[in-house]
Amino acid sequence: MTITRRQLVGLGAGAFVAAGLGLRPAFASAEATEAAIKAFAGDTPIGEGRIELTTPEIAENGNTVPIAVSVDSPMSGADYVASVMILAEGNPNPEVVTFHFTAASGEAKAKTRIRLARTQNVVAIAKMSDGSIFMTKNQVKVTIGGCGG
Amino acid sequence: MASKPRVKVPKMASVGDIITIKTLISHKMESGQRKNKKGEPIPRRIINKFTASFNGETVFSADIDPAVSANPYFEFSARVNESGVFKFIWLDDDGSEYTTEKKIAVS
Repeated sequence: MTITRRQLVGLGAGAFVAAGLGLRPAFASAEATEAAIKAFAGDTPIGEGRIELTTPEIAENGNTVPIAVSVDSPMSGADYVASVMILAEGNPNPEVVTFHFTAASGEAKAKTRIRLARTQNVVAIAKMSDGSIFMTKNQVKVTIGGCGG
Repeated sequence: MASKPRVKVPKMASVGDIITIKTLISHKMESGQRKNKKGEPIPRRIINKFTASFNGETVFSADIDPAVSANPYFEFSARVNESGVFKFIWLDDDGSEYTTEKKIAVS
């Protein structure tokens, strides 16, 4: 098989676009997400489960995406969920909101509406009163992004 | 720019009940990411903190970043053991504070 000059030009342009547009921003944001998780969790090992994160599978409008988070806990004086941080991996800044609960919350449940710039993972990470950390992730497909511009 | 906090708290409950509270405040939540027609960035101005307390004790709070939608909405729970007053506070980037209160009768 011989490669014509036309094919070669196409190949080069494609590679250039992938390197310039596709890959770099994704990496930058993944690093920012890692940093935010690190700031929240410190060196504590991160467990799975206990968090139920409800997000739409497809969000038609990224300006207002309903999310709900609920963490399994007795919410008594000594054993409760201290905070839950929500992160959006594909936004210009990953931080979305951090909820703080107390034993008087009764249950560790919250709902809000968030902005998502594009299709991406939404992360919920919870800190218990004993310092243990749990995390979960949902992908949301976004039809129209919600960060202006 | 921001005004009219709207809050839904049940008027009465039984001792030990876990009640659901819904709150909404009108606010543009300017993210700081947008540009005006001249291409200059529009400065960020959002509600950055929300706190709900019952008889002086905090039951729920949220640290808010620009990725929360305009007219920020929060739904959360509280356990009530006595009658009293819920107080809700929203803090704006410009330093202003919006508050509202709701009474609940617990029997």
